[in-house]
Parts: sequence; structure tokens; C-alpha cells
Amino acid sequence: MGIAWAILSRLAKAAITLLLIVILNFFLIHAAPGDPAAVMAGEAGAADEKFIAQLRAQFGLDQPLYVQFWTYVSGVVQLDLGYSYRQQMPVLDLILDRLPATLLLTLTAFFMSLLLGIVFGLAAAARQGRWGDSAITSVALLFYATPLFWVALMAVVLFSVKLGWFPAFGYGSVGAGYTGFELLIDRLRHLFLPALTLGLFFMAVYLRMTRSSVLEVSQMDFVKTARAKGLNERVIRRRHILRNALLPVVTLAGLQAGQLVGGAVLTETVFAWPGIGRLMFESLTARDYNTLLGVFLVSAAMVIAFNIITDLVYRLIDPRI
Amino acid sequence: MMDFLKRFSRNKGALLGALILIVVVLLAVFAPLIYPDSPWKMVQRPFLTPFSTDGFPLGTDTLGRDVAAGLVHGARVSLIVGLVSTLVALLIGVPLGALAGFYGGLVDDGAMRFTEFFQTIPNFALAIVLVAILEPTLPTITLAIAIVSWPPVARLVRAEVLSLRNREFVDAARLAGLSNMRILFGHILPNAMSPIIVMASLMVATAILLESSLSFLGLGDPNIMSWGYMIGAARTVIRNAWWLSFIPGVAILLTVLALNLIGEGLNDALNPRLARKGR
Amino acid sequence: MADPVLTIRDLAISLPPGADREFAVQNITFDLYAGEILCVVGESGSGKSMTANALMGLLPEQVEVAKGSAHFESRDLMQLPAHERRKLRGDRIGMIFQEPMTALNPLMRIGDQIAEVFEAHNRHSPAERRQKALALINEVGLPDPEKIIRAYPFQLSGGQRQRAMIAMALALDPAILIADEPTTALDVTTQAQILNLIKTIQQRHGMSVMFITHDFGVVAEIADRVIVMRYGEIVEAGTAQAVLDAPQHDYTKALLAAIPSDTVPDPAPVTAQPVLQVRNLRKTFVTSGGFFKPKREVKAIDDVSFEVARGEVLGIVGESGSGKSTVGRAIVRLVEPDSGEIILDGQDMNTLTAAELRSARRRVQMIFQDPYASLNPRKTVLHALCEGPIVQGVPRDKAHARARELLEIVELDAGAADRYPHEFSGGQRQRIGIARALAMDPDLIIADEAVSALDVSIQAQVLDLLRGLQQRLDLSLIFITHDMRVAAQLCDRVAVMQLGKLVEIGPVHEVFLNPQQEYTRTLLAAVPGTDWQLGAA
Repeated sequence: MGIAWAILSRLAKAAITLLLIVILNFFLIHAAPGDPAAVMAGEAGAADEKFIAQLRAQFGLDQPLYVQFWTYVSGVVQLDLGYSYRQQMPVLDLILDRLPATLLLTLTAFFMSLLLGIVFGLAAAARQGRWGDSAITSVALLFYATPLFWVALMAVVLFSVKLGWFPAFGYGSVGAGYTGFELLIDRLRHLFLPALTLGLFFMAVYLRMTRSSVLEVSQMDFVKTARAKGLNERVIRRRHILRNALLPVVTLAGLQAGQLVGGAVLTETVFAWPGIGRLMFESLTARDYNTLLGVFLVSAAMVIAFNIITDLVYRLIDPRI
Repeated sequence: MMDFLKRFSRNKGALLGALILIVVVLLAVFAPLIYPDSPWKMVQRPFLTPFSTDGFPLGTDTLGRDVAAGLVHGARVSLIVGLVSTLVALLIGVPLGALAGFYGGLVDDGAMRFTEFFQTIPNFALAIVLVAILEPTLPTITLAIAIVSWPPVARLVRAEVLSLRNREFVDAARLAGLSNMRILFGHILPNAMSPIIVMASLMVATAILLESSLSFLGLGDPNIMSWGYMIGAARTVIRNAWWLSFIPGVAILLTVLALNLIGEGLNDALNPRLARKGR
Repeated sequence: MADPVLTIRDLAISLPPGADREFAVQNITFDLYAGEILCVVGESGSGKSMTANALMGLLPEQVEVAKGSAHFESRDLMQLPAHERRKLRGDRIGMIFQEPMTALNPLMRIGDQIAEVFEAHNRHSPAERRQKALALINEVGLPDPEKIIRAYPFQLSGGQRQRAMIAMALALDPAILIADEPTTALDVTTQAQILNLIKTIQQRHGMSVMFITHDFGVVAEIADRVIVMRYGEIVEAGTAQAVLDAPQHDYTKALLAAIPSDTVPDPAPVTAQPVLQVRNLRKTFVTSGGFFKPKREVKAIDDVSFEVARGEVLGIVGESGSGKSTVGRAIVRLVEPDSGEIILDGQDMNTLTAAELRSARRRVQMIFQDPYASLNPRKTVLHALCEGPIVQGVPRDKAHARARELLEIVELDAGAADRYPHEFSGGQRQRIGIARALAMDPDLIIADEAVSALDVSIQAQVLDLLRGLQQRLDLSLIFITHDMRVAAQLCDRVAVMQLGKLVEIGPVHEVFLNPQQEYTRTLLAAVPGTDWQLGAA
């Protein structure tokens, strides 16, 4: 089976999954309390019966359910995620506007947590049962048990309010007019705390996975074979243990990506980071369901894309597939 | 059973976890006795700092409500949501995983596609959407958390059943003429209990984190005091009164940590051969 | 005889506190001479593998050499610092292991894993290493070296992997090769080939080989000298011929006596009408690929027909993948056959509905291979013995009484009933398994590799029990095994299977002494130690 087939089959599966989420979305919209037209009218500031009826006709809400269903699904397929009355913009435009910030945050947090998790996981495994191992695993357990939004708030208190090292919120310094290198530094300074706090939990997850995976692989027969060949421990660790131990970590890390997008809602809310997570929070407080469900769909699509990429990476590393 | 207790109590972390959890449970159970008044009641000037006023050991919040009372009442919500949503998730995940693993074939394919679908959806985002649309009440929050938590259970149970169903003692049960259901529930599932118990204890922890995150975003039951709500409400005054966010956060941290420690202790005690070395 | 290459004196290896004994081995003293194959024989727990690992410096954590010396090339291995020992490994002393499936790194090409040995000891340039690897692959008899060098372990069979392991151990022409049960996980014909290869290479390179095994057949096949170990001590040592033909120690005598001999028993007269008739049985396994994967078909049972007479023991022998176990499982319908008839006492089992089958199941019972997996760890022995009869309608107190009676029949004390499986040894569990099959009062019992997981002395006891019961209770038995010697000892008739087909069937003495088919001859010739036993008979 070639890699092209693999990609195709994954894409086909992804398309089906997305379609199912679209269907789920449709039913969620209809499960929402209240008449959507009345809600829209309320948001538009005019609540008389005639206007509501007009809205109902305009959005096809007077049609039978299956017609509405078809309209909705075919709309989404053509990338029409509906209109946000609250923001006076199509939902898709709103999301596309916010997407880069979220991608920047989640990808930074992902790679940072994966890197740190693997490094400290390896360090813990190498010191198995000794003081260093206990220290690392205890700290990891602490991060694992800490509410993400609370860490974010405490980081603001400590690093922004008390120490003043990093800005407390935002995507960049407003009105500073930075360009080039200065802009980059400014962006990184703003990125640091959100990415760190979002990444801590996942770092703990990857750390624990790496540690147990390394310890498991270290017990395997082929490691003994490597010793019997007279290889030194450094080469054994690097060539034989590491690669075999990191394979499951890569797979599981990919599966965890969905949680990362969810966590971004909390981090972005605390740090006023202008991404789709923050948008989700805003639409929540504004009861803007079209936007809410649009963000939900796009975040699911992001997770699927991420899973496909990890799947392909896995194929490249593991010769058995 | 005695063996199990002995192994469990050898793990110092697990004992510490059990101790913390017992304290939290006692506080939650006796909350109406310790603080008979509603935790929403304004009882003093706002922004009293902790340890400054007699009768209000943890001070008061932005509206002059007793922080200690909120903390004690909040424990009830966390524990109830954590426990009930885990139970519901087990009720969905265990049968689904068991049937998928036991029957294999099309049943397995169908059940696993279904599970994968739910696993693909970012679970916190789904919980937000569900609670937002169903209106935040204690039952909807619990249900939403259960709905996003069951897929790992189903996968775990399926994997366990899959590895057990080809054991020779299951073949022997078949040859004895036992019905499928009796084999599944009498012989296979009892042998899969240990990992399920361990996972359940960790799930309660995750559910508590999810509940506090939802309340923090304002998706808590508006009539019930919870730790997440307390942090969310104090967020705007974080620069002046950081302790108002800090204290409930520590409560969440300790409870979740305790459950994780217990989970690890259970794992070591129930799977003695897999016990991690050096602990 | 030449000078010793390796001189071991008074070696003792200590186990961590809390183990079942203080020393894994003690008072170990022996020499390994140049150019000889020394077999170290013992059952599980004898400490034979520990000794080998101690020599390699590969003891598990917390297991340490407590005292003693091992002189090799005028140095004491036990006194050498770790980095000096590392230099010896793979260079002067090579080692191969039992499980070829797990002993190779799954993510590395075979060629790289061989070349790595040179790299570890800083020999040759990368290009030369490749050439050397090719030559080694050639020497160990792997086909198409250019292809093998680029292959990953999962693309090789078990025997091929063991050859690749040997190539690695051979790379730097070591003075000593330590082989730790290298053929135990292999089929009998593959085992014969690997034994042959080790012998050839040992002679060509003039190596000394320390060969660890539990199988006296293997000893007879390749050993120059033998050491017999029990409970961590050497009980007997001598030339292979002396130990095999005139054992001195009682334990060695018992071990040798426990080996099922090829001396074929007189066939019991098979007069009764058939209890089981199998006609044109077929089963093809299809690994479904789903949308994008191609299907793969394996014919596990390919048009197999035979009969079992009442009171007869029919052996089914074959290597792994021959379909012998599938036949057994198809008869009891743990595997659904594609077509064919399974007529038990005039009733076709293959046409029963699921509900009918449940009550008909009583009539054919199985004894399983793995004593650790065949009993539910959470149920008492009494429950294991009574659950079936009670489901079939036997009153509870009657079932309980019968269970206690059966425990006595299989020579366990009645107190065993209320205990859990983990409180029993492997041999005892197998006895419980036999009692469980008898509890259903079946017309036919199928024993699927029922003694294969047991040490040879335990194996002998369980076989004795089975034979006794079969004669006393006039049981009809299908005995499935990969071990020709076991089959020869117990069976009246024997059927040979290969790749799903029934190759040959007949009375034991005819099939074994006068095989008609080429495959049967190959199989019999591959049994290690045949010549020795025929000589003894």
C-alpha cells in the first residue's frame, strides 16, 4: 500500500468525520432554546412580528426541517458558516481573521511542550528511582493536576503584575508602531506566557509518556542484544531505545492535539489573545450561536488536520507500516 | 483484599492523596453544618484579606461573601459532578467497549468508528457547546462532561476484552456451554476491573478540572457556588486581590492531585507486576 | 583435549532480597575447552541462563556476582571494570538469545544491525562493514544477501532472524559463542537447520560454544560435553556420551527417564465403532483489509478427513501453521468451519444452531496448553470444575461432590477445591484442567499441546496421569502436539499435518518407523537426538 493511498484514505475518513460534525452542529442549533429568528431580531434591535417573519423567510426558517438541513449542509460545504448578527460579519470571515493567532499559540505550545516533555521525560527515565526522577515526576504530577486557567492567572500575577517581565495580555503592544525585529520581539514577549501556561499541562502528559515508554523499551530483548554486541550505553540509548520509545509518544501526542485546541479557549480568554478560542468565549457570552458552532467546526477541522499530519509523520518513522 | 490494602498503603503518595480526599469529602458532606447560610449571602465588607478578620479565616470576595463558605460549598459541586459524570461515562463506555471487543467484526467496526468520532472532536470545545446550548444546570454540565469523557473508557475496555476473550479460560467457559453474556460478564469483565478502576479514579480528577473550567468561563449552574466560578468572578480584580483567585485554585489543585495520587496508588496495588520500580 | 578457554571457579550469583532463594547459582565450577560445544542443561529455575548472563556481564539489576572467578584470555572477567567487559562483548565473546522475534531492533535494517558490531569496536570503514555484513549474511545461509541487508526484522521469519542473530554474534570471530536456548522458540525442522548451522560454524571457526538448553535431544545432537544444573548447582558433568548413556546423578537419570522415548508402544487394538468422524473439513482465514487493504487468505484446514475410534488416542502432529490446533478448535466449534462434517456419535456438530450447540458442547471437551491462561484467576478451583456441569443441569451438591472426587482422580488433595489458580504450580494447574474436562463427562477430549508448556519432569508426570486415566476410563482422546516424541509415547494412531493438509495418517509404529510421505520423513529426521535414542532402543 503506497503512501498516496494512505493519504487518500485518511482524507476520505476526515471528510466523513467533518460531515458528521456538520450534522451534529445542525441539530445543536435546533436544540438551542428560543426561536433563532426572534434571537436574531432581538440582536438587530427590532422585535416586531413582521420583521421576525421576514427574517424567518430570509433564512429559510419557515421551510421544513429537511430543507433547512440541506440548505445548512450545502452552505457549510461551500464554506458558508452563517452570519453573526452580533459582530455584523460572516462567521467565516470572523474566524479566518482570528485563526492565525490561534495557530501561532497552539503550535508554539505544542512544540514547546513536546520538546520539554521529551527532554525531561528522558532525564527522569535516566535517573529512574533516584532523587532526580522523583523531583521531575513530582513536578509533572503537579502540572498535571493544575487547572490551566488558574496557572494562567497566577502567571499574570507573578510575571506581569509583580515582576513586570512580560505583558499581561494582548497580541502585541498597541500603538507602539514596532516594525521588523522589534515587532518580532514584541510578539514573542506577548506569546511567552500564554504558550507557557497552555503548554505546561501537555508537557506533563508528554513527560510521563516519554518516561514510561523509555523504561518499557529499556527492558526489551533487543536492548540486551545491543549490549551483547558491545555497544556503549550512550549509543544504545540514542540508537536503540530512543527511537523505539518515541514512536508511541508521537502518536499519542498527535491524539492530544484536540485537547490543546480546547485549552486554547481558556488561555486566550485569560490573556485576551485574539484567537478563535477567545472568539468562542465572546460568542458564548453574547449567545451568538452561529459563531459558537462555526468555531467548534473549525477547531474540529484543525484537530483532524493535525491528526493526519502526525499519522504521516508516524509512517515516515516506522518502517513496519 | 488485605494484600491490596497493604500494597496501597506502602505507597506514601497514595496515602497522602487518600488523606486529602477524605478531608475534602468531609468538608463537602458537612458543608450545611459548617456554614448553614447560603454561600451567596453578603456577610461583611468586600475585599477582607485572609487571616485579618475573626470569623472569616479566608476573607471576603468582591461582593463581601465569605470565601471560606464558598470553598466548602464548592467542594460539593466538584465532587458530585466528578463522581456522577464518571459514572455516566462508565455506563456508556464499558458496555460499548465490551461489546465491541467481544463480538469483533461489524459490531466492533461500528462501535469504534463512533468512538473515534467522539475522540476527534476537541472535547473541551464540545463540552462548551453542549452546556451553552442546553443551558448551564448541574445535570447538563454533568452530562456534557460524561459525553466528552467516555471514549477513552470504551477504548480501554475494548482492548482489555480483546486480550481476554482469546484466553483459554474463556474457551473453557464456552465449552462448558455458557451463554455469551455470562461469559462476558462472569468471566471477562471481572478480569478487566483493575484498569477500569484506575482509569475511573483519574477520570474523576479530569471531570473536576473540566467542571471548574466551564464554571470559570461562566458556564456553571448560576445557582450553585463552585470553585471555578469563584476564580472567574475574581478574575477582573486579579491585580488588587490575587488571593481571591489563588485560594479556590489551590482547592482544585489539591483535590485533583489527591485523585491522581490515588489513581497511581491503585495502579501499583492492583497490578503489582507492573508496579513502577523505585517508588 | 585442548586447554580451557574459559575457567570458572566457585561462581555464585546473588538474587535481590525477597526472591525465593538467596543465590541464583552457587558453587559453579567448570571449564570450557577450545573448539568444543558444551551444553548446559536444566529445567526452568536451574540458573543456567543466569550463569550465561553473568559471563557476558548482562545480569539484570540487583542480581550480582557474589563470589568466584571466570578466567578468559588470562584475565578474570568478574574483576574487569565495566568498560573492559564491554569491549569483550561482541568481540571475543558473542551471544545469541531465545526469542528471535524480539531480539532484533524492529526499526533498524538487518544490515545496519550487523554492521553495528564493527562500529561498536571501531573496526573497518563503513564500506568495508557493508561488505563484511554481506559476507556474514551469506555465511549463515540467508538467501539473497543484497535484499536481506536492507530488510527490516518484521520481513524475516523466525528462523531467518535467528540466522541474522548468529551473523551478528559471528561478526568479529569470537573465541566463545554463548547460545541461550536459541532454538527453543523455533519449529522442529527450523531447529534442526539452526543446530546444523551452529555446528558447522563452530567447526569452521574453531570456536568454543556454550549452549544452554532444556532439551536432552538437542544435547544428543550437538554436545561434546554436558553440565546438568538443578536449583542453581551443577549436579553432573561429563562427556555427552557418558552423561546420556550412563548418568550418575539421580536427577539426571530422572530427567533422561522423563524424556518420552521414540520406542513405539504396541498399538492398542482399535475395534470399537468411531466416536468421531471428520469429513472434508475446510477453514480459510481471511484477514479483511477493509477499503484499501488487499485481502489475505490462509487455508488453515484444507479438506481434512479422519476418524477417531472409541477408546482410541489419535495424535495430530505438525509444525506451527500446520492447522493442527485449528482442527481441534473446529471440532468443538470454537472456530466455525467453512464446510465439512463433524459427526459425533452419529450427530453432525457442524449443523447445530447456537442454542443446540450450547448443550451439545458437553460432549467434547478440551485440555489447553497454557496452564497460566486456562483458569480464570478470579474463580476458585471448585467453581472452575462445577460451573459447566451446573449450567448443563447437574444439581449443585452433586456437582460439588463430583468435583472433589475428580481432584482426587487427578491426584490433587481435596482441599485444592477452595483455592485460587495462582496458588498452584504449572503442573498442578494442568491437572485441574484435566479434571475440568472430565467433569463434563465428555465422549471425546481434545488435548491441545497440553504438556508443551511444562518442564520435562513435570511433563512426564502429566503424561503418566493422562495415560492412566485414558486406560482406566476408556477415554477417546485427540492429542495435538508439535513434539513427535510425546506423540509416539501416548498415541495409538497419529496424523501428520502440513499447511492445512493431512499428509499421512496411520498406526504410530507405521508412521514413525516406516513413513510413506517425504514431509513425515523430514519431520522425523529433524527431531533432535533421534540417532542417540534409536541407538539406545
